[in-house]
Amino acid sequence: MEYVVVTFLCLAILLYFLLGGADFGAGIIELFTSTKNRSRTRKTMYQAIGPVWEANHMWLIIAIVILFVGFPYIYTTMSVHLHIPLLIMLIGIIARGTAFVFRHYDAIKDDMQWLYNRIFRYSSFITPLFLGIIAGSVISGHIDLNAKDFLTAYVWSWLNWFSISVGLFTVALCGFLAAIYLIGETDDEQDKRRFIKKAEYMNIAAVVFGAMVFIAAQFDGIPLIDWVFKNTVGLASIILASLSLILLWYLLIKGETKTLRVLAGFQVTMILLAISYAHFPNFILLKNGDAISLFEAIGPPKTIYSLGVALLLGSILILPFLGYLFYKFKKKEE
Amino acid sequence: MDDFLAARSQMALSLGFHIIFSCIGMVMPFFMAVSHYKWLRSNQEVYKNLTKAWSKGVAIFFATGAVSGTMLSFELGLLWPRFMEHAGPIFGMPFSLEGTAFFIEAIALGFFLYGWNKLNKWFHWFTGVVVGVSGLASGILVVAANAWMNSPAGFDFVNGRYLNIDPIQAMFNKAWFSQALHMCLAAFTATGFAVAGVHALMILRNKNRDFHFKAFRIAAVFACIGAILQPLSGDISAKDVAERQPAKLAAMEALYKTEKPAPLLIGGIVNEKDKTVKGAIKIPGALSFLAHGDFHAEVKGLDQIPENEHPPVAITHYAFQIMVGIGTLLALISVIFFINMIRKRSVIDKRWLLKLFVASIPLGYIALEAGWVVTEVGRQPWIIYGIMRTKDAVTPMPGIAYSFYIFSAIYISLSIVVTFLLYRQIKMVPVVYDKSDSHDLKS
Repeated sequence: MEYVVVTFLCLAILLYFLLGGADFGAGIIELFTSTKNRSRTRKTMYQAIGPVWEANHMWLIIAIVILFVGFPYIYTTMSVHLHIPLLIMLIGIIARGTAFVFRHYDAIKDDMQWLYNRIFRYSSFITPLFLGIIAGSVISGHIDLNAKDFLTAYVWSWLNWFSISVGLFTVALCGFLAAIYLIGETDDEQDKRRFIKKAEYMNIAAVVFGAMVFIAAQFDGIPLIDWVFKNTVGLASIILASLSLILLWYLLIKGETKTLRVLAGFQVTMILLAISYAHFPNFILLKNGDAISLFEAIGPPKTIYSLGVALLLGSILILPFLGYLFYKFKKKEE
Repeated sequence: MDDFLAARSQMALSLGFHIIFSCIGMVMPFFMAVSHYKWLRSNQEVYKNLTKAWSKGVAIFFATGAVSGTMLSFELGLLWPRFMEHAGPIFGMPFSLEGTAFFIEAIALGFFLYGWNKLNKWFHWFTGVVVGVSGLASGILVVAANAWMNSPAGFDFVNGRYLNIDPIQAMFNKAWFSQALHMCLAAFTATGFAVAGVHALMILRNKNRDFHFKAFRIAAVFACIGAILQPLSGDISAKDVAERQPAKLAAMEALYKTEKPAPLLIGGIVNEKDKTVKGAIKIPGALSFLAHGDFHAEVKGLDQIPENEHPPVAITHYAFQIMVGIGTLLALISVIFFINMIRKRSVIDKRWLLKLFVASIPLGYIALEAGWVVTEVGRQPWIIYGIMRTKDAVTPMPGIAYSFYIFSAIYISLSIVVTFLLYRQIKMVPVVYDKSDSHDLKS
């Protein structure tokens, strides 16, 4: 049963990255859209993510619940040492979710829209930035359980070049996912072109920040290159990601949409796999070289058993319903 | 501000807001489903418009409830890591089920809000019902987790270690039923009175009378049934607390000395230093009866509980008085409402009754919050009753006061914006939802 729970945890994180990421990305795209096109982008975006955005963010809740029920030590270590970025991310989540709903459900469309839009765009940028920072910090080896002073314990744990680069990389990936997603959501040829351009820019940004992650890792003494290139899975996934990149650009220029989505999702999955495979099942890498492993920090057997059952039952209930939701509101494409 | 106090205040604030947001998001779908049903059955356009108007409210509150709930799932760890480290695996079961329920709710809401004219009409109606049912299930599950803190079960505590963990037994702890029942009724009562009150106000102002009266009636029926049943559920809770948490019961009634029979105190000023209560109305033997069903039974006072395990008495006592006082008042209003309904008197012309409902808009929520204060403050100094003290659970990170200030600012602005949005929704009723001249909204 522990494998079921670990699989669900990885799946929830991956799906949150893909679906929630595309959702954040939509806000990022809006942030980087010229003023004259913004209201059009907003409309396409609303049609695209309106019905599904709440569901997309449920994956975060699923992941966090699995963590605190099944892996309490990992959850509490992160909560203590990454308190500050978690707090900022939370503020981002609140601001973004509420601004998105408010701007749509405000019965009178007036100057308040300006405020909602601002909040929505900036929080769409900040939230994935800090999500990335948190993800980076977990594997950066900067978390020091024995730290005596405030800065080492609570600030340098996440404020380092590597974590910040991962944060920026995450933002670029989210933007990229969203742009790819939005291409298929519009019927207007001109809008399509615009989203293709956005996807290209975001992809370039992702490559640049991706390179920055490697440089920062070198700089902070993190063996990222070893992780990625010194094992077959890491190497294979990075090669696949790069190959798919070529295909992706080809399709982008051709304007093909459906394969594009699959490909973009595949690429991001490969990147996550490349980074995390080498140290799996270690979840948190600590400063003194130790690591907290998923299988060592796992909760008592009865808890894991009932958690696994709950997750399996839950997915039987949820997945068909969720699939139908996506299907129903995507049918118009045909 | 000291870190421990800041952490407690931040938690109280976050829960306090989340409770209101999520109660509305949990109960309003039921109102919406009733109205939707009436539209499908009777084809009266006004019910369709009402359903749509309410669904906007549901969307706003669901989103605020969802983000504030997401935040809480992190705050538990951010503020109380030592608690979560041990409690997570034990009381996590309801949370993992709640995750499922909540997910289903979000999916169903997506269907409901965007499904007008896209889905089979009865399937569409059904998704609305699913929103309500799964919301209610989430609420019950979360309360079951809280109940575990009051009535820890499903593990053996040996030499500071938590052994033989059984999450199912933890979920079905002794307090879960009485707490969940009390909370569900409270949610229906408070939200029902608030919604009915708002519509009553619009009737009194002579705006869209038919629309608002239909809305008023649906909400008021739910509210009044809840308010009439609530005292019964309160009685179950009181007996339960008397048995499990004598310290909490003693604090609720400011019973410093063990008495046989014990009187019920109404009101009064508590002096925590001298351990006295001044100016309270005493009903002899009533507390004995409420706690044990016998006018002559002994009720344990705080003198039988070690000093360092006393909860704050004054806050618990006042909160309890507020809750019971308001509860009684709302139950009376409900009886009057039903008498009028049975006699087929038209409520719409009884301005004084409508005014009573308007006055009750905030009352249900005040009682609900007061009730949570009783539960939570009354459990102190424990975070897990009898097992772990709250001060031992707090995060080692200093400077929590700043995070408390930030959160206060966020929640206050959030409530201002939500109120403002609702005000605008109501203001737009004549334009969007109830145009007496052209009924047909193309949607």
